[in-house]
Amino acid sequence: MPTKTKEKKSETEPTRRSFLNILWIALGGVTLAEFIAVAFAFLRPPRSKAIREKAETIVTAGAAERFRPNSVTAFVRGKFYLARLEDGGFLALSRTCTHLGCSVPWVEKEMKFACPCHGSAFDITGDVIDAPAPRALDIYPIAIENKILKVDIRKPIKRSSFRVDQVTYPKRKV
Amino acid sequence: MQKNNAMPDQLNLFERVRYSIFPGTLQRPEYRERYRSFFNSLILHFRPHSVQQRTLRFTLTWGLGGMAVVLVFMLFATGLMLKFVYQPVPDRAYESIIHLQNNVHFGQLIRGIHHWSANILLIIVFLHFLRVFFSGAFYPPRQFNWIIGLAMFLSVLVSNITGYLLPWDQLAFWAITICTGMLEYVPGMGDWLQGLVRGGSDIGPATLSIFFAIHTAIIPACLLVLMPWHFWRVRNAGGLVIPRRPDEDLSSVDEKVPTIPNLILREIVVAVVLIAVVMVIAVLFNAPLETKANPGLSPNPTKAPWYFVGIQELLLHFHPLFALFIIPVVMLIALVSIPYLNYQTETAGVWFTSPKGRSMAVVAALVAIIVTPIGIVADEFIIDLAAWMPNIPGEISNGLIPFALMLTATFLFYKAMKKKFSSNNNEALQSVFVLLVVAFIVLTITGIWFRGLNMKLSLPGYY
Repeated sequence: MPTKTKEKKSETEPTRRSFLNILWIALGGVTLAEFIAVAFAFLRPPRSKAIREKAETIVTAGAAERFRPNSVTAFVRGKFYLARLEDGGFLALSRTCTHLGCSVPWVEKEMKFACPCHGSAFDITGDVIDAPAPRALDIYPIAIENKILKVDIRKPIKRSSFRVDQVTYPKRKV
Repeated sequence: MQKNNAMPDQLNLFERVRYSIFPGTLQRPEYRERYRSFFNSLILHFRPHSVQQRTLRFTLTWGLGGMAVVLVFMLFATGLMLKFVYQPVPDRAYESIIHLQNNVHFGQLIRGIHHWSANILLIIVFLHFLRVFFSGAFYPPRQFNWIIGLAMFLSVLVSNITGYLLPWDQLAFWAITICTGMLEYVPGMGDWLQGLVRGGSDIGPATLSIFFAIHTAIIPACLLVLMPWHFWRVRNAGGLVIPRRPDEDLSSVDEKVPTIPNLILREIVVAVVLIAVVMVIAVLFNAPLETKANPGLSPNPTKAPWYFVGIQELLLHFHPLFALFIIPVVMLIALVSIPYLNYQTETAGVWFTSPKGRSMAVVAALVAIIVTPIGIVADEFIIDLAAWMPNIPGEISNGLIPFALMLTATFLFYKAMKKKFSSNNNEALQSVFVLLVVAFIVLTITGIWFRGLNMKLSLPGYY
C-alpha cells in the first residue's frame, strides 16, 4: 500500500526518488558528453606549434640576384615555387592547387602553372587564368636578410587574387 | 536406454575422440534426429521458423540482401588476412602490398578477392536499395529499417573510400587528395573538418593511420551492430514484404512454409554462386596497383573513386559549395524522408506502386537519359553563367541560380507527370526518384568514361 501512494505522488509532483532518478540520468549525460569531448579532442590534429618546432619552418632560398626576372624556381622541400616577377619582385607560391589540392607544375613554355587534375591554370603571380580554381595560389611570407631570401613556410596565406602589396622587393642598389 | 550406448572400451581411439566431440552420433538414429533438430534450432535463432511462401520468389529480393551479407563476411575474412601483412605507414604501406603480391602465398588472390568484393558490394547494396524502394518495402512498419539501411549504405561507402587510400599508390593518394580537398568547401567548418580527416593540413602518416583505424575497426564495428538490427527489424515486420498484384488483398493470405529447408537452401545457393563469381573475377583481374604515391606529381586526369565521380562531375557544373555540400545534403535529407512522407495509398509489395507507376518510371528514366547528357554538353560548351554575370559572386551565378533552376524543373516535372498521368502522389514521387537516380547514374558514367585529359569531355579511349 505505501508503494502505491508513492507512485501516485510521482505522477503529479516530484518525489525524492524521481528527483534522484533525474539526477542520475543527468550525471550519465554529463559523463557521456565528457567521453565524446575527450574523443574529439583526441582526434583533433595536434597543436601545430608542436609540429612546427620539429619541422623546418624557414627555407633559405638564396641570394636575390641568383633568380632571373620573369622566372620560376621550384623548391621541392618547401613545397613552394619562388617566382620573380618582371619588375624584380618576389612571390613564394604554394604548389597546391586551390581547387582540390593537386600539385601544380610550372610550364616554362607557356609561362603558366597548369594543374593536371582538372585543368585550372595560374599565371606567374598565381592569379587564376582558367577555372575551376576559385582563387589564386596561396603565398608564403618572404623576408630578405642581408640580400638572402628566406621563406616562412609555416602557414600559407590565402588570397582571392593577386595584389601588388603581396610582392616582396629586394632593396634597390643606390 | 543404457544398453543402446556402445561401451567406450569397445571403441578405438579415433572413435572415442569423435564421440567425445559429437556425443549425439553415438546414439541410435532417432537420437541423431534429435541432435539434428538441435542444430536446426541454432539456425532458427537467426531466421524465423517459417516464412511466407511468396517471399521466397527470387524476383522479389533477387537475393541482394543475402549477397550483401556474404560479401561483408568475405571482406571480413580476407581483410583479417591482409591485416597480417599490411603496414599502415607511408614508407612501408606500398612496399608491404608489393611484398604481399610477390612473396606471400595467394597474396595477390586474397587482395583481389577483397578488392572485388568491396566494389561488388557497393553495386549490390545500391541495387538492394532500389529493390526496397520499388517494391514499396519502406511503408510502416518498415520505416525505420529504411534509415538503418541508409546508415549501412553510408558505412559501406566510408569503408570503400578509407580502404582506397591504403595501397598508397598514385591512384590512391591523388583520389583521396581530391576527395578530402572537397571537404574544404563545407561552409563554416571546412578547414576544421579537413584537418580532422587528414590529421593535419596534408595527406601524410596521420591520414593513413586515421583511415586504417576507420577502415579496420570503426566501420566493421558499425556493421556488426547495424546488420543484426536490420535483420531483426525485418523479422519484427513479419518477414519480407509480400509481393502482390495491385488489386490483391493480402489479409487472408497465409501460405507459410518451414524455413528449413525452403529458405536456407535458397540462401546457400545464392551464396555459393556469388562466391564462385567473385573468385573467378579475382583470378582473372588483378586488383589495380600503380606506382608509389608521389606527393609532387599529380596524374592527369585525377579522378575520385568511381562511386564519387558523379559528385566530381557535379563539381564541373556547379560552384563547389553547391556541388559538394548543398546538393548532397538535400539529396540525403530527401532519401531519409522517403518513408515519412504522406502518401495517398499504401502500396507495400506492389512493384512500382502500379502499372501506371511503372510506365511513369520508364518515362522519367528516358527523360533523365536524354536531358542529363544535353545539359552536360551544353554546360561544357555554351553555358558559362559565371562569365555572363561577372558582377555577381560565383556562389550565386554558378551556384544558387542553376540550383534553383534545377529545383524548379524537378518540381514542374512532378506536377506535369501528376497531371499528364492523373496519378496519385506515390506514383509521381516515384517518377521524381527515378529521374534523380538515373541522372546521377548518367553523371557517374560521364565522369568515369567520358572525361579525359584535363577533365575535358572526350570519347572513351581517345585521350
